[in-house]
Amino acid sequence: MSISLPVPRSELIEGLDAPLGVLDPEGSRRASPLLDESLGDVDESVLTDLYVDMSVVRRVDEEAFALTRQGALVLWPPLRGQEAAQVGALRALRDEDFVFPSYREHALAVLRGADLADVLAVWKGAALSGWDPFAQRLAPSQIIIGAQTLHATGYAMAARRDGGDDIALACFGDGATSEGDVNEAMVFAASFRAPVVFLCQNNQYAISEPVGVQSRTPLALRATGFGIPALRVDGNDVLAVLAAVRIAAERARTGGGPTFVEAVTYRMGPHTTTDDPGRYRDDAEVAAWHAKDPIDRLERHLARIGAPVDRIREEAAIRCDAIAAQVRAAADRIAAPAPESMFDHVYVEPTRRLERQRAQHRAFTASVEGLR
Amino acid sequence: MTAETLTLGRAVGRALSDALDADPAVVLIGEDIGRLGGVFRVTDGLQARFGADRVIDSPLAESGIIGAAVGMAYRGARPVVEIQFDGFVLPALDQIIAQVARIRFRTRGRVRMPLTIRLPYGGGIGSVEHHGESPEAYFAHTPGLRVVTAADPQEAYSTLRAAIASDDPVLFLEPKARYWTKGEVDVAIARDLESARLLTRGRDVTLAVYGPLVQTALEAATAALDEGIEIEVVDLRSISPLDVDAVVASVERTGRLVVAHEAPAEASVASELITSVVERAFAALEAPPERVTGYDTPYPPSAIESHYLPGLDRVLDAVDRTLGRRSSHELLEGSAR
Repeated sequence: MSISLPVPRSELIEGLDAPLGVLDPEGSRRASPLLDESLGDVDESVLTDLYVDMSVVRRVDEEAFALTRQGALVLWPPLRGQEAAQVGALRALRDEDFVFPSYREHALAVLRGADLADVLAVWKGAALSGWDPFAQRLAPSQIIIGAQTLHATGYAMAARRDGGDDIALACFGDGATSEGDVNEAMVFAASFRAPVVFLCQNNQYAISEPVGVQSRTPLALRATGFGIPALRVDGNDVLAVLAAVRIAAERARTGGGPTFVEAVTYRMGPHTTTDDPGRYRDDAEVAAWHAKDPIDRLERHLARIGAPVDRIREEAAIRCDAIAAQVRAAADRIAAPAPESMFDHVYVEPTRRLERQRAQHRAFTASVEGLR
Repeated sequence: MTAETLTLGRAVGRALSDALDADPAVVLIGEDIGRLGGVFRVTDGLQARFGADRVIDSPLAESGIIGAAVGMAYRGARPVVEIQFDGFVLPALDQIIAQVARIRFRTRGRVRMPLTIRLPYGGGIGSVEHHGESPEAYFAHTPGLRVVTAADPQEAYSTLRAAIASDDPVLFLEPKARYWTKGEVDVAIARDLESARLLTRGRDVTLAVYGPLVQTALEAATAALDEGIEIEVVDLRSISPLDVDAVVASVERTGRLVVAHEAPAEASVASELITSVVERAFAALEAPPERVTGYDTPYPPSAIESHYLPGLDRVLDAVDRTLGRRSSHELLEGSAR
């Protein structure tokens, strides 16, 4: 394997000076020669779908957040502000493409059709993962920062070896880019031209630490050091993310190897329901990002192109109210698993040692109950 | 099926070759395993025969190797990973412990993780730091992972085939000091991943060992016989789970137990095995069980490793103690232990 950079390093990155985008915060559409090539099919109906999807995802997030505050869930990492990054990216994939998320990508599970009770079970402390990864083509949410990027890369290596044209999407945040695993994933992906898309949602904070603690250069620039082409896009512009991930996916599918997409966005809420962002960022900063809200932006754009915004908003509201009720019902029906289930699935077949512990647990439980 | 004579290293290579032949899902990945054939030449010739996309020279990143193998397994592969040396496995601990070992549990059995991680381990080869470690206890402490080893070429062949065929993740520890030990290998012989085997019968002392110390234990049994002492040598083979039943059965015959391994004593396989035997067969014990292990120090410079490693004399010394015979401990001031 000889070493040669496919193109000069400076040409490996787009959007370095300013993130690429096609929708400005006021909703007006501007041209982007690079992104527009991948947006030819985007008409009013596609825009409406994206708007409804982002609205539904936001409502799921709001409901889950509220349920956690009420004590019905134990923890929730909200995605508010990152709807465009997640919805746009998923929309760019085929159903068979496999996604390896972190823990904040609720949009992916919801839009891939996971049962809401499965989405919430982890956050009720009732399970360690939810949906069937193979049914949803979505790995379990990953709490260890960055570990899933290697899984996505290995998956893509196997896809390439098998001659498939499916790809893997690795989701991670700005903080994860400091982890060894993410850097190792980029080494492996580059060396083996693995068909993987690295989607970095740069939401500006790793809990309390601003992105400057992780990197003194734009995150996307780092990928170029691995020889991986990078696209730095406005992560609150759903069309920009859609186009960027489409470009990356197409490159992966046609043997061009990995691409790094940095979606520059903002975590509008706390890291999780236990966090207090007031301790590390000021209101003016949050307000500035509020003005760039991804859903408001798309709504303004729909109005500008003369779409029936009132009707679309109404349609979204109906869907949102319906799913909100489903979220509450789902949270309610998640039951704690049977205590003895902790002995299941440790190994394919339980070891004698585990069978003994299961029997001991059963006997102890029965003896305690006998005393009552 | 006729047996052939192979070194332990060659037996491992033969098991890999046969597994690659038997199942197209099997993929090998590791550092220098391709053109070089591995630093111990265990994978010699495999890349030439099976191709660079099934015998993969990986970047130099242990966490990356394991993490990529996890992803391959998600897509139906059955990866066999080589970590070059015991001391180099530590950067991969998160992927092994937090990912590989618990993905089945995390997903309620939906995702299987049929990884085999090959790890040359143990000392006695006169090398430098991080080349003589015995890290098995870290992994034995990890639920969801099987940890096995082998003492001779036949065991190495049959155990590795079983490990690769298993849908559980298996850490296969290869006693690198025994790579050049020769023995008969019959590829038709199968074994499981959790039973110990009894190598000698004897009425006096049970000596439980595994991997590189099996040979030492057999020599101890021969030497002890000269003095009329009969040792039952139990080759544990599986470090996790431990075949406590087999050791208990032996201790019920002998009344005495010595456990030996190269790894340090504290929170070790010996600690676990002795505790388990005491729990189950306290009444059968006629003397306190003994441990013969590496000392609770970092692995020392190899010029003095023979003083650290449990050798024949230290094993026999412990056997003597269980029998109430004179031993080195009487030299300790006040016999304080």
